[in-house]
Amino acid sequence: MSRNIYDLIGLIAAVAFILALKGLSSPKSARNGNLMGAAGATLVTVLVFFYEKPAHLVLIILAIVVGSAIGVPTARKVKMTAMPQLVALFNGVGGGAAALVAIVEYLRLGSTSSAGDVAATIFTVIVGCVSFTGSIVTFLKLQELMTTRPVVFAGGRFLIAFVLATVVGAAGWVAVSRGSLALGVLSILSLIFGVLFVLPVGGADVPIVISLLNAFTGLTVAASGYVLQTTVLIVAGTLVGASGTILTRKMAQAMGRPIYGILFGAFTATPTAALNAADARPVRSGSADDVAILLAYARRVVIVPGFGLAVAQAQHTVRELADLLTARGVDVAYAIHPVAGRMPGHMNVLLAEANVPYEQLVEMEEINPTFAQTDVALVVGANDVVNPAAKTSPGCPIYGMPILDVGNAANVIFLKRSMRPGFAGIENELLYDPKTTLLFGDAKASLTKVVSALKAF
Amino acid sequence: MNGMALLSIFVLSVFIGFEVVSKVSTTLHTPLMSGANAIHGVILVGAIIVAGRSNSTLELTLSLIAVVLATVNMVGGFVVTDRMLEMFKGKKVSTTK
Repeated sequence: MSRNIYDLIGLIAAVAFILALKGLSSPKSARNGNLMGAAGATLVTVLVFFYEKPAHLVLIILAIVVGSAIGVPTARKVKMTAMPQLVALFNGVGGGAAALVAIVEYLRLGSTSSAGDVAATIFTVIVGCVSFTGSIVTFLKLQELMTTRPVVFAGGRFLIAFVLATVVGAAGWVAVSRGSLALGVLSILSLIFGVLFVLPVGGADVPIVISLLNAFTGLTVAASGYVLQTTVLIVAGTLVGASGTILTRKMAQAMGRPIYGILFGAFTATPTAALNAADARPVRSGSADDVAILLAYARRVVIVPGFGLAVAQAQHTVRELADLLTARGVDVAYAIHPVAGRMPGHMNVLLAEANVPYEQLVEMEEINPTFAQTDVALVVGANDVVNPAAKTSPGCPIYGMPILDVGNAANVIFLKRSMRPGFAGIENELLYDPKTTLLFGDAKASLTKVVSALKAF
Repeated sequence: MNGMALLSIFVLSVFIGFEVVSKVSTTLHTPLMSGANAIHGVILVGAIIVAGRSNSTLELTLSLIAVVLATVNMVGGFVVTDRMLEMFKGKKVSTTK
């Protein structure tokens, strides 16, 4: 196959990726966009076999089979609730793959590589390794295999600065010596830096880190494309890098905080110890019947879904409740906080799964002014996104994040598993408010009880 | 291909990347992130190239690991994105947000 045909098909794949991203920005065209991206990726993967005529063909195909055997069932089986950590994991392995590609090409080229190649290799190895271990730590946090709170220890910021300095030093060593030992050291230091980089990021901020690491991996793929002289890698990687950067910025804006504050905030924030002393205060807990009555006689109900809804897989039950209320003439809307759940847009995905009409999902800026005319705000497993501490307690980890003003509604109902604070680990003052009723239990079980109580009317 | 041509491709791609996602609604942040994630799985192409050219056991081993990881990223990424988007299908949707 001639280079021209190879490049032409690479160009077609690149266009497919652009259209895929373009399609993904609107719900109508999203699915076709994604399929087009998949088609482009398949096309270019098949093509490279014909152009490169690689040695070790059987082993390579076997490796692809193994990768598919791991990737496809995982992607098919994962619950919608576990989606964020899976995306983190897939991103991490992509970063790892990019770093390995750069390392192997560096070993093969040896002293014949150009200065540009070495620079691109150093970049890919550092960022790919950081993306790899950073994503794994993110996965562990989201899967709750480790603490979800920021991990900060004495001298942590100095340790990070020190490791970063050694990474820079090792990069210089690679550039000067062009040796494989130097590259090995650089890889290991970068892997360590990736862990340290993500550890201090806590709770609600983890999704932003996934998006940032996604952009990082994109750039490493672009750099590998430079070393391997493969246009489609440059285009695909750069597209992801650029769009990931924009996405990260948009998410940070939705949380009302600069990216710097998200990454390094844990080092500067002062712990809000006073809030933990509030545990002993009384709360008003109600029965499913109480909740049903409140809802049935309301004129307007706003449902605020959060991660608890996702955990309990309660999206179908919440829709059943909303349908019952609508049938009774109650005006029902869902308030969607941009970062509710563990990933921006997480709630939209879940409620779409339950066939909730798209028009009932109202974004934060639009719904906030309407809470004053709302009789009941029904908070289903959300906590941080309705926590007034974001407005009132400077220094708390979520301070400055825009919240849903459920406190302005006439009544607030919380469906919660326990008094345990949310993902960010901050006490919620709203729980102790006199107009708040709590219904303890798994969100799905509670909702089912409320639904049957409503039906009994 | 010379460095200048590659640099031009890079710079123009940055602008396209900025442009295509600048108006995306929060509704689609998760699938967009996941879809972009799948696209960088195309590093599989790079992994295949280096695996095919490798001359030592070390190079071959590392590059085969890269092929496995990249396949997981690409194939898994597209499948999971499609599963998410399947839920958005067939409903009346507004594009104004």
